[in-house]
Amino acid sequence: MSPGHYLALSAILFTIGGLGVLVRRNAIVVFMCVELMLNATNLAFVTFARMHGKLDGQIIAFFVMVVAAAEVVVGLAIIMTIFRTRRSSSVDDANLLKY
Amino acid sequence: MTARVVLAQGADIPAPHIEYGQLAPMLLVFGVAIAGVLVEAFVGRSGRYRAQVPLAALGLLGAFVWTIYLAAQDKPFHVAAEGAIGVDGPTLFLQGTILVLALISLLLVAERRQPSFAAQASALPGSEAEQDAMAAGFTQTEVFPLMMFAVGGMLMFPASNDLLTMFVALEVMSLPLYLLCGLARRRRLLSQEAAVKYFLLGAFSSAFFLYGTALLYGYAGSVRLGAISAQLSKDAGSDTLLLAGVALLSVGLLFKLGAVPFHMWKPDVYQGAPTPITALMASCTLVAAFGAMLRVYYVALENLRWDWRPAMWGVAILTMVAGAVIAITQTDLKRMLAYSSVAHAGFLLTGVVATSRDGLSGTLFYLAAYGFTTIGAFAVIMMVRDAGGEAAHLSRWAGLGKRSPLVAGVFAFFLLAFAGIPLTSGFTGKFAVFKAAIEGGATPLVVVGVLSSAVAAFFYVRVIVVMFFSEPDADGPTVVSAPATAAAVALGVAATVVLGVLPQPMLDLAGHAATQMFVR
Repeated sequence: MSPGHYLALSAILFTIGGLGVLVRRNAIVVFMCVELMLNATNLAFVTFARMHGKLDGQIIAFFVMVVAAAEVVVGLAIIMTIFRTRRSSSVDDANLLKY
Repeated sequence: MTARVVLAQGADIPAPHIEYGQLAPMLLVFGVAIAGVLVEAFVGRSGRYRAQVPLAALGLLGAFVWTIYLAAQDKPFHVAAEGAIGVDGPTLFLQGTILVLALISLLLVAERRQPSFAAQASALPGSEAEQDAMAAGFTQTEVFPLMMFAVGGMLMFPASNDLLTMFVALEVMSLPLYLLCGLARRRRLLSQEAAVKYFLLGAFSSAFFLYGTALLYGYAGSVRLGAISAQLSKDAGSDTLLLAGVALLSVGLLFKLGAVPFHMWKPDVYQGAPTPITALMASCTLVAAFGAMLRVYYVALENLRWDWRPAMWGVAILTMVAGAVIAITQTDLKRMLAYSSVAHAGFLLTGVVATSRDGLSGTLFYLAAYGFTTIGAFAVIMMVRDAGGEAAHLSRWAGLGKRSPLVAGVFAFFLLAFAGIPLTSGFTGKFAVFKAAIEGGATPLVVVGVLSSAVAAFFYVRVIVVMFFSEPDADGPTVVSAPATAAAVALGVAATVVLGVLPQPMLDLAGHAATQMFVR
């Protein structure tokens, strides 16, 4: 299979993730969509590493995984806090700050 | 396969060469952050505050002294840590600025007379557990290590010489800030909401930054800024990958600056976050984000100037106009200053568009001048309080000039500096970037900039009129001048006056820092 197919898949996954962030209401699902975008990026890095015949794209994917894991820790903590206060994890309910 | 060959030869992988001396400021701040975590783990609750504050202050001070030592060396123009970090004039200037501004913010964060941070972040707002924690006099001292991690990330962000390091620095800078935003002592629902919004949007934008990095890696075969620039000058590779990559990368960077159309998080987060953290974000984060922006556009994409300039023109114009116009309708002072910060990001972008040495030095000067003024302004907001904490609504400030002329006068002075009145640092900064932009052929941009400064002056003056020319409420807010906050205000005033009346030494310093531009 040509590397182009993997790039197309990565672009499709990235788009699905981006759309999900924009249309979904639940903060956890929004966050999962962001993670999908990061994983799409990893696929792109690994594919480009293969195309260029270099290893650094694969190394970068590891860095991205570590950063994504750190982001999960912080993100779930924040979402948990607001869920305990409001008993809701919908991003539409958090609407005190406006105008 | 090439990859397999590399692995076979890699029997003796050479150890990377790290220039610890040149990285010392960053390493020191990160070390202090880790020491702060250990203090949280091993020191009793009563002793933590007394241990954390000197630790953080000494760490920042030491890093600043080391930065000066590096800058004073013959030619600070190195690539350190196997090409991952650039140590050059502009970077050292930006790092020094970040460290000084972080020290002043630390005064606000460490303020004990009027604590801004939750007694116990895990206790539900309004619950018994929260009241118990308040009564016991707890404070969440984790803010100090979190702030040090954020400052460490900010030091690394403008210094990163490849896009992967830049991404890691971006996250190291942002993740602690997301948490700090949610730790306010009062109006905790607003604070938590600000944290959620900042986190979700920040993570979304960093995904864009990363995908842009991936596409540029596909284009150039490397994430090094110098390699991307070299590939550009060869005019080889796929234009689709290049342009899409630059666009996505710019989305991530412009989000951090709060440029229109990626500014939506700024007013909400600035209003909801604890005010010391708002001051830290409005000054240090802006400096770091502009530093990274300048490095990417001046080093990696300079040869693509003709392609990104029109887009950047559009963003700069939108940012200046939208920031100034929307600020007029704001009634909350923190929110108004957030939109003012959006407008200032637009003025600063004119310096980026200039892509010249003068543009670089003008932007450096502007960033330093704006940082001092904005910390001072937020510190004044911390001083004006009523029963519910800070009285940030504009109507509550009516007649403050009669009740407390000194504080109202200082705030009026900061607002005039934001507006860019001569003899304040704001004027010198704006003059420097606009002059560079005109020399760079961006005269229409400067005309828009001057017009939106005039619009912006309207809402700054409106606050002054409310403060001085209306009758004070009987139950109006009181001015509480706690020592550390007052010291931060005094430093802000001093810097704004000195950089306005005698700007030449600082202009020379910025010009000297920019002489060799960025290392590649």
